[in-house]
Amino acid sequence: MTQLTRPALPRVPALRVLEYHLVGYRRTWRAGAFSSFLLPTLTVLGFGLGVGAYIDGGVGGVSYLQWIVGGLLASTALQVAIAESTWPVFGNLQWQKIYFGQRSSPLRVGDIVAGHLAFVLFRVLTAVIAFLLVTGVLGALRSPWAVLTVPVAALLALAVAAPTFAYAASVDSDSWLAMLFRFAVIPMTLFAGVFFPVESLPLGLRWLAYVTPLWHAVDLCRAAVLGVAPAWSVAGHLCYLAAWAAGGWLLARRVFARRLVV
Amino acid sequence: MNTGRPLIQARGLVKRFGDFTAVDGIDVEVSAGEAFGFLGPNGAGKSSTMRMVGCTSPPSGGKLRILGMDPVRDGPAIRARLGVCPQLDNLDPELTVRENLTTYARYFGIPRRVARARATELLDFVQLSDRADSKVEPLSGGMKRRLTIARALVNEPDIVLLDEPTTGLDPQARHLVWERLFRLKQQGVTLVLTTHYMDEAEQLCDRLVVMDGGRIVAEGSPRALIERHATREVVELRFAAESQEAFAGKLDALGERVEVLPDRILVYVPDGDATVAEVAALGLHPTNVLVRRSSLEDVFLHLTGRTLVD
Repeated sequence: MTQLTRPALPRVPALRVLEYHLVGYRRTWRAGAFSSFLLPTLTVLGFGLGVGAYIDGGVGGVSYLQWIVGGLLASTALQVAIAESTWPVFGNLQWQKIYFGQRSSPLRVGDIVAGHLAFVLFRVLTAVIAFLLVTGVLGALRSPWAVLTVPVAALLALAVAAPTFAYAASVDSDSWLAMLFRFAVIPMTLFAGVFFPVESLPLGLRWLAYVTPLWHAVDLCRAAVLGVAPAWSVAGHLCYLAAWAAGGWLLARRVFARRLVV
Repeated sequence: MNTGRPLIQARGLVKRFGDFTAVDGIDVEVSAGEAFGFLGPNGAGKSSTMRMVGCTSPPSGGKLRILGMDPVRDGPAIRARLGVCPQLDNLDPELTVRENLTTYARYFGIPRRVARARATELLDFVQLSDRADSKVEPLSGGMKRRLTIARALVNEPDIVLLDEPTTGLDPQARHLVWERLFRLKQQGVTLVLTTHYMDEAEQLCDRLVVMDGGRIVAEGSPRALIERHATREVVELRFAAESQEAFAGKLDALGERVEVLPDRILVYVPDGDATVAEVAALGLHPTNVLVRRSSLEDVFLHLTGRTLVD
């Protein structure tokens, strides 16, 4: 057998976990990449041009397509982040028990969570960059500031993926995951200002939109794509999203520790 | 490596889950190069003990030292030198056989090139080379088990922990696993395993403890346990009557211990053939007579009882 000189433990163990997830992704990326490009193309055509044709004069002086593209980008980031944090996390814990295998190695609970979160981030970033390429080619981006949507989408991804990790790791049946889509993701997507301005909602309902992490990312992304100032302060948005990410991280680590250290 | 200090040292080790005490103050020492077994019925506390030794479950009380380190404080450093084969396989079914080994090796800080070489050697060792590039999903239970064992060896561990390594495998697959584990033992790898198969314990373990209800009820080599807790031979008698009970009284004087089962009577004796002659001399005519050596199974059932625990 090859004699191993006892190797030093990895300096950033979470990167080894990310590497594992990327090896798995290598088998499926083609299907994923295809939908990453197809989805924005279809949504831009459908919502921007299709629905937009019925909206005379656009929204706030820009065409409906240009107005909606920032919101769609943010909601794409949300969809990918949550899809990658629900069944995959639940399955690694309950079905294939991948996390337990990792737990028997020198990895710590935090490494396991961080490495998987990093993979979710990778998936969101590739989807968002594909989205920018497609919409840019279709001429839907008004300003070069649009590149700033990438870090915003990354922050949104962490803000929703981290608490979703905690949720998916704490439920006992995967039917709770479908509930998350029904009662959180879909309403958020519909009412957090992606398809119409939050100001169109009755006053009492608007705060519901403001509470969601999605609205804060939508406002920032839309402003970047249009090259205008956002409705809220940039720092306020970023702090709010960062608070979700930090709170979610702490929660996820705690739930994972409860599951993996028994 | 062998400094005479035990690799695993437990004193009064306790594991509690709420009100339930799974491990109730056990003392265990395992030395380098030993094959050590935890035997016991389901719920005896074997797996809880293994998880504490594997540094994934903090002890609720007592003292535990693995490789001279504290499992709570030095978890990653200890786990870097352990190989763990869990009761249920947790391989990635989507990855290939080889990728399961190489990705796992990376967790230990093993460079990619070394990980690949190591995977090739280990697949050869567990006789899975021809499946190296197929996915794990369609593999048989025995193949998955061997792959899990290979994965446990990827870091050249000082101690390999095997939690029920052959449960659920068919006889051919079990023998292949045993043969591989025996090879490891010959190479001087320290093995710690749990099992409820007596033949497995007799084949593999130099020394073992029998656990029941979270406690250790016996300790020693398989041979010593049989000598201490059972007679040399067992005579199994089967009578045609409805109840065996009627004959039991007449047999009491024949053996050191007589056990009446619903379908047969076991007489524990030093010399089985002599006893068979005595039975005939008493004028009893069992329909079926079997003389056999005592096994670890007799010890096990004697110590932990015949009541079914699920």
